[in-house]
Amino acid sequence: MFLKSIYNEFIKIAAKPRSYLGLAAVTLLVGVILFAMKADGLSFISFITASFEQTLSFEGNILNGNLIAFLILQMLIIHIPLLVALVTGDLVSGEGAMGTLRLLLTKPISRTKILFSKFLAGAFYTFLIILWLGFLALVVGRIVFGTGDLMVLNSDGLVIIQEPDTAWRFLSGMCVAYLALLTVATLSITLSCFSENSIGPIVSTMAIIILFTIIGTLDVKIFDHIKPFLFTTHMAAWRNFFEDPLPVKEILKSAGILVIHIIVLLGIAVFKFNKKDILS
Amino acid sequence: MAEKIIEVKKLARHFGKFKAIEEVSFDVFQGDVFGFLGPNGAGKSTTIRSILTLIKPTAGEIYVFGKELNRHRNFILGKIGCIVEKPDFYRYLSAEKNLQIFGRISGADISKSRIGEMLEFVGLKGREKDKLGGFSHGMKQRLGIAQALLHDPELIILDEPTTGLDPQGIIDIRNLILQLKNERNKTVVLSSQILSEIELIANRMVIINKGRSVVQGIVSDLLHSEDLVVAFEVDDPVKARQIAVNNFPENEISRIEDKSIRIHLAKDNIPQITKAFMENGISIYSIESKRKLEDYFLKLINN
Repeated sequence: MFLKSIYNEFIKIAAKPRSYLGLAAVTLLVGVILFAMKADGLSFISFITASFEQTLSFEGNILNGNLIAFLILQMLIIHIPLLVALVTGDLVSGEGAMGTLRLLLTKPISRTKILFSKFLAGAFYTFLIILWLGFLALVVGRIVFGTGDLMVLNSDGLVIIQEPDTAWRFLSGMCVAYLALLTVATLSITLSCFSENSIGPIVSTMAIIILFTIIGTLDVKIFDHIKPFLFTTHMAAWRNFFEDPLPVKEILKSAGILVIHIIVLLGIAVFKFNKKDILS
Repeated sequence: MAEKIIEVKKLARHFGKFKAIEEVSFDVFQGDVFGFLGPNGAGKSTTIRSILTLIKPTAGEIYVFGKELNRHRNFILGKIGCIVEKPDFYRYLSAEKNLQIFGRISGADISKSRIGEMLEFVGLKGREKDKLGGFSHGMKQRLGIAQALLHDPELIILDEPTTGLDPQGIIDIRNLILQLKNERNKTVVLSSQILSEIELIANRMVIINKGRSVVQGIVSDLLHSEDLVVAFEVDDPVKARQIAVNNFPENEISRIEDKSIRIHLAKDNIPQITKAFMENGISIYSIESKRKLEDYFLKLINN
């Protein structure tokens, strides 16, 4: 019955027009960035490398698919949560608003299993979004701009990653980025359990992300103790894979905090969903 | 005595200070078409939702098929088919896909042919591939009934099943309920605002008001089946009333409306009063047995 319920949730997501909005938005955004880089990428690169030109000389294809993929991920990873929340924030409350939750919960399957079905379907959708983003950024980026060493400008300075060393870093980085997006998806599903309309959880999710991001960037002492535990602090943890040497401890810490967030949020969602009176 | 299918004991549900139901108790037996009556806000929906585990009661006990509801939730829900208030489905999916979605988690193996059979049964054959967005309320109601019967449940709970249906649809549903009871010995709980409907098809009923069950029992017993409310359309209702009072002084002359007079009397006395009217020069244009449950219900609720 649980597998059938998961299958049901996949069908619902696949049939909903808004599910394709996220994929279309990613395609459009990546398309715009690729076009802009193709048109005027070299001046963008010279702006970045200007400060190093007196000490370093750059040779070869700097504006390559790897750099484009890195820039795309950096630019879009903070906007993708909205596209994820658009679908996952609607999973419970959308059914409540439509009235189908009433019928769904009269079926001989536990509420916990129904919620987990929705979570797994939401997790799969999030995976599809990041997979599509990765495909467009990395595969299409390499096709259009060719390949080469990756030049990353960090706060510590310039890091050059050899071309054969980039693929696994991108893959690993996207796994951590997926974990961050899954945290956002879980947050919106949890908020969805508290709401009777679908717009509330989507807006609330974004509001929480903006609030936590502001707290994370504010240089105020009282926030210093909570900053390391905010999930938004770890949303850019994927970038750690482009450091040299690799900060393994930092990466594991970020992944751990994101996983804890997912577990705690899911626990709250299960508790609330099981207690919820269906009055709609 | 038939097996008890539903046993509700002192059910209560409070939302903060608001008491949606205070003390509702009733029993539904195997093979019953059980009428669930009450004015708006009486607590019918809260009670039905409690039986379907959509709402957690504040107090009281619910047993279905002899088992405590919360402990055997999945077993019990697997044997129930229901419509709760308005039939809502996934608008972006077709009728067939909607039935597949709900059939898959109904606890039974629902084949494609069974879905086709049910769609034909409710008169939606040929519309199976149409998305629900284009369905009228009546069509959704029919689909709701198909959904409720899809897994061949033993207990069917229908909350306002005829709302939004055309007259033919109402007759179809009524016949369907009687067919389920008579041919397949199903138990049907029917909540409806249409009292004549309950009177026509329910054998037992409960009336709830202000969150309390006021009365329950066999419909014919409660309505004293030997008595009828008969409306005579006459040319002179005032004179007719006097004649009725003279002939049946102990009977209740309920009211005079325009050109008609309503009298509570036994079926056998209809020829006698008709004769009395005619002998006194009263012209009778029509004789109609009125909905008795309506009078009974209003009297009970108003008291």
